[in-house]
Amino acid sequence: MAKPKVATTSLCGCFGCHMSLLDIDDRILKLVELIEFHKSPINDIKKFTARCAIGLIEGGCCNDENVHVLQDFRKNCDILISVGDCAIMGGIPAMRNTIPLKECLEEAYLNGPTVYNPSGQIPNDPEIPLLLKQVYPCNEVVKIDYHLPGCPPPADTIWEALVALLTDKPVDLPYELIKYD
Amino acid sequence: MSNTITFMIDGVEIEGKPGQTIMQAADEAGIYIPRLCAFKGLSPYGACRVCTVMVNGRPQAACTQPVAPGTVVENDTERLQHLRGNIVEMMFVEGNHYCMFCEKSGNCELQAMAYRFGIAAPKYPYLFPERDVDASHPDILIDRNRCILCGRCIRASSDLDGKNVFQFVGRGKDKQIAVNAEARLADTDIDVTDQAVSSCPVGAILKKRVGYAVPIGERLYDHKPIGSDIEAARTAGS
Ligand code: SF4
Ligand code: FES
Repeated sequence: MAKPKVATTSLCGCFGCHMSLLDIDDRILKLVELIEFHKSPINDIKKFTARCAIGLIEGGCCNDENVHVLQDFRKNCDILISVGDCAIMGGIPAMRNTIPLKECLEEAYLNGPTVYNPSGQIPNDPEIPLLLKQVYPCNEVVKIDYHLPGCPPPADTIWEALVALLTDKPVDLPYELIKYD
Repeated sequence: MSNTITFMIDGVEIEGKPGQTIMQAADEAGIYIPRLCAFKGLSPYGACRVCTVMVNGRPQAACTQPVAPGTVVENDTERLQHLRGNIVEMMFVEGNHYCMFCEKSGNCELQAMAYRFGIAAPKYPYLFPERDVDASHPDILIDRNRCILCGRCIRASSDLDGKNVFQFVGRGKDKQIAVNAEARLADTDIDVTDQAVSSCPVGAILKKRVGYAVPIGERLYDHKPIGSDIEAARTAGS
């Protein structure tokens, strides 16, 4: 039987959650016995070419590309997991949600104390993903099946959840593994 | 003795004293009823409703409801825990709770309550309200993003510190904690040693220059759920 496939992505996140996944140390060897990584920054596979059992989502949605990638994951994965506080509630990037987007851009590119920008331009190349008005938690964009909080979630949290799902057991994490920081 | 009031919590006979609330009697019996606005030494307030129990089939706040002979109280039922969890989830989406950089994380009662209820993520949409920070005071700061409107600081200031530093202003979603001065906390007579400062269950009122004093793994709620101390009294006592 072919191994179930797992896809991962980092949307508006810092890759800390992916680091935490790698932090399972030598259990990564057990993991690759259980699964095969599909589309993921870990192996640089860019496109879905097969159905995946699990999609791990790091980061919330701050631009239109994040939304498209997330929708693509929903279409191609049986189970989607929000991994980390950014996927769950927007995280640090969501701190901009109380500030109008125009002000954020002006602070970043024009008025910030360390800005050097003689042309006074705010980047607007069509190649650059368009920023959304606010950062959205993933479950406000598509249906999310499981949430693993933490900034990042401990490696054990990710490991336990993956093993439970891959062995058809309920994801019933102990007190110590559900933490928000 | 005629001075005891006998009633039931989840099928267990409890002996309370006249004038006690259900929560006080339960605490003494080693039964934990979840709570956020109730605080030892402060008058009951009934603001958060996390302590909701069923008294003879009707929802009541255990922190304000007096004990009465023969009443039947439900506390640890699936339905009540679910409703309490929903209240906690609402508190998370109504404010801006960035646990990842909050100095109170690990010692925060709101966060601990969510852990106790096994909440991985709130199911409600986040509101991202605009709230301000008052860092005017040299030793204390107010971060209204984290305030859950429990009123503990208000009561601690008036009942324990003999001052009147805090009050609520506004109604509904605009309700917020305000200071009793023209504008800023610096203009009040608050002192860093006031009980009002240490009474805040979340990171809304913080002492400055404390930072992340206790390492992860050694904080109040890292290993044991909130309420464990009360429950421990029961297993040890009887
Ligand atoms: S500042 Fe703290 S103690 Fe005061 S009402 Fe808000 S949460 Fe309660
Ligand atoms: S603890 Fe009873 S209402 Fe808040």
